[in-house]
Amino acid sequence: MVAGLGVDEVVVRYGELTAVDQVSLEVAPGEVVAVIGSSGSGKSSLLRAVAGLEPIVAGHLSWDGVDLSRVPVHRRGFAVMFQDGALFPHLNVGGNVGYALHREPKLDRATKVAELLELVGLAGYADRLVTELSGGQAQRVALARSLAAKPRLLMLDEPLSALDASLRERLVEVLAAGLRATDTPALYVTHDQDEAFTIADRVAVLSKGRLLQLAAPAELWRHPVDREVAEFLGYRPFLTSAETAELGWGSPPGQLVALGPDALVLDGNGVEVAVLAAVVGRGETGLEVELPTGQLATVRVKGVTERPARVCVRIDPEGCALLPLQ
Amino acid sequence: MNPVDPVQASAPPKRDSATEISGAGARFGGAEPRAGRGRRPLGRGWVWAAVAAIPLAFLAVFFVWPVAALVSRGFFDAHGFNLSGVSEVMLAPRTWRIVGQTLAQAVVATIVAVLLGVPGAYLLYRCRFPGRRLLRAVVAVPFVLPSVVVGVAFRSLLAETGPLGFLGLGESFVAVVAALVFFNYAVVVRTVGVLWSRLDRRITEAARSLGASRTRVWWTVTLPALAPAIASSAALTFLFCASAFGVVLILGGASWGTIETEIWYQTTQLLDLPAAAALSILQLVVVAASLLAADLTRARQERALKLAGSPVEHRLRPADVPAAVLTAVVVLVGLVAPMATLVWRSLQTASGVGLGNYVALGVADGLPSVWQATLNSLATASVATVIALTLGVMVSYLLSRRPTSATGRRVLRLADAAFMLPLGVSAVTVGFGFLITLNRPPLDLRSSWLLIPIAQAIVALPLVVRSLLPTLRAIDPRLHQAAATLGATPARLVATIDAPLAWRGFGLAVGFAFATSLGEFGATTFLARPDRPTLPVEIFRLISRPGVENLGMAMAASVVLAVLTASVMAAAESIGPKEVSPW
Repeated sequence: MVAGLGVDEVVVRYGELTAVDQVSLEVAPGEVVAVIGSSGSGKSSLLRAVAGLEPIVAGHLSWDGVDLSRVPVHRRGFAVMFQDGALFPHLNVGGNVGYALHREPKLDRATKVAELLELVGLAGYADRLVTELSGGQAQRVALARSLAAKPRLLMLDEPLSALDASLRERLVEVLAAGLRATDTPALYVTHDQDEAFTIADRVAVLSKGRLLQLAAPAELWRHPVDREVAEFLGYRPFLTSAETAELGWGSPPGQLVALGPDALVLDGNGVEVAVLAAVVGRGETGLEVELPTGQLATVRVKGVTERPARVCVRIDPEGCALLPLQ
Repeated sequence: MNPVDPVQASAPPKRDSATEISGAGARFGGAEPRAGRGRRPLGRGWVWAAVAAIPLAFLAVFFVWPVAALVSRGFFDAHGFNLSGVSEVMLAPRTWRIVGQTLAQAVVATIVAVLLGVPGAYLLYRCRFPGRRLLRAVVAVPFVLPSVVVGVAFRSLLAETGPLGFLGLGESFVAVVAALVFFNYAVVVRTVGVLWSRLDRRITEAARSLGASRTRVWWTVTLPALAPAIASSAALTFLFCASAFGVVLILGGASWGTIETEIWYQTTQLLDLPAAAALSILQLVVVAASLLAADLTRARQERALKLAGSPVEHRLRPADVPAAVLTAVVVLVGLVAPMATLVWRSLQTASGVGLGNYVALGVADGLPSVWQATLNSLATASVATVIALTLGVMVSYLLSRRPTSATGRRVLRLADAAFMLPLGVSAVTVGFGFLITLNRPPLDLRSSWLLIPIAQAIVALPLVVRSLLPTLRAIDPRLHQAAATLGATPARLVATIDAPLAWRGFGLAVGFAFATSLGEFGATTFLARPDRPTLPVEIFRLISRPGVENLGMAMAASVVLAVLTASVMAAAESIGPKEVSPW
């Protein structure tokens, strides 16, 4: 028996299109699993299928080993938090947060609503109209509303994607804190890998409906299973051992070397390469260089600098991932 | 899940083949999503079937059957199937003159309503000025006024002794067209205005910044954006005009009849059923065509409305003066003058200005008094409203669902069209059909007064559905999903999400159901018994009789009916949203 959520070879189809193709994964009690993938990878369909909002054509869903196929959405105890909150426009903030608490005495309800609003940093907002909230506040209310239901599993469908970058960084902390405080297991769907790495115990990479890899963030980063996963995580370019030799590193033969963002370092004794462009970022500069074997790669340099014509670089094996050749 | 599934799960290669086998796989795939779908747990199917079956059965018994029976009368005589009656009518020049007149009146009235209504929509929905709310209310009233009242009002305006009597338009094509425009001006103003108020200003600003003149922006940006709403309102106006009855009967006289009045004339005056049946078929063709057009344009408009943002309006500017002047003239001459004349004439008695005509409404000379007819009308309309709302809520809820399968969507579109049919099928046909079908077993309701509210509910149903559906459809499906994942049962979902969000549309639906039933004339005229008339029937009886006193009483009764209807709508509008178009 599997404790928590069991997803076993689940298939979701829209007509001819197979959105989720035999995906299996588990979410243990208290665990947060992030599902990442580009748009159209089937990650939202997987979440909707688990919630019961989308029919599955094959496979099994279970909770603590009990089959869920005959359990309607409202009895699954899986709360979904949508991208734009999907707050009920006719209820105020308190009414939204307390939606799932309708069986509780009025006084308890008010107390719990106040507690939850405090947890998400919106103490005293209970009487506000939801139409007056900013995007970030709406998502906090949506989180509080979901947690109020004491879900067996919380599912978050790109909860922060509609927000701007700085807000996203702060809110992902609020989400993580909320999940930790209530010890709620969660399935977190996002296209943003930083978000996933911050919040998740394990990360699943989905592409074209198939599960490519499921691992803890550090493991996933160090050992992507194949080139597609590595590419999605931001590794580039990919070099054979012959090609790395040109850069002065004899990498193990028969394996493909994926260069991470920190794989190339400046080294006066390294190989001289041409700099094509300099992209200035926050406190660092990305030098776009052409490797001796023709590929383009980026060298990250501390501080903001002018574009030099040429630099000398070497490979730092610590910043690389080794993949099997195709 | 499917019992076969575990077996397949243990043999992974088989899974792929199972879903690819067309026969078994298709059946498997077809049945499985329903069972596996959490939103449709076991037993829900029965609920849906019942929700669909009740209104369908009602429509079949009280609409399809009577209409079909009447139409088939045209094809059968005592000896069996016989086309001679129908073909005789089809070949008669009179028939084609009437068809031509019907189409001409409807086309001209539609064009005039659109030409006047578009500037009106601009003024009332795009410009901001004091008194706009009042003006919008004044414009909205005619649409819900009973046709009998409008007929009497225009007659009093255009009669030889009336304020515009010098025009000599007593019983004329122009009189009928003017009255039809009076009715439908609001349809155009509201439908076009609502869309116009939501047109993003930045699109026209972008066109202007690209060097387009105001005229060019109008022709190349604004008009194309408004086109769906204009087409939709034109199709509906045409539909209402082509099936108008009471107003034509009163204003057109003998020479300016339409198919609808001709059906009435053939059945009640000449008792020529084959002729009436043939005309009913012609009417069905006309109505089905305009309904199809209206449906196509409405679908396009609902899409267009989704793209729109929040209302955009500006203070009245000098450039708006032409639209303001035109609209003022239309409202004063076309809308206010007929009603004012009606009120004024209702106060004129043989002994000068006074309330004599209203006092006379209480006199019962053997037959029930007009006040009693008014009470009858209110009672009948209340029952009709309850029936129409019960059915309308079921139908709207059903039509607002979003099926995942293509077949489901197709079935739903068909159902949508089916429930709109009574909007256009001649009320006269329905009324007369009731008389010939529901007068013997298995269903003998001939002596039951329940027939009238049932007929009125049939006529009101499409408007009820059109009021409820937009608000129900506007509910984001993710609100349902969010509520369900928070543990809300289907019943709690309806109570806490659908009901509060659709409440405003509900108010409008109550208003339309009551106002339509109160003023219904076409079907009721066949069904109301002399000892239990409704107010519109009584007004028609009064106006058909000679004598100044009868005319005065008809005017007074019309005022009463108009005030009742307008009050009901005003009450409904106060909870209904101003911006949701009811059709």
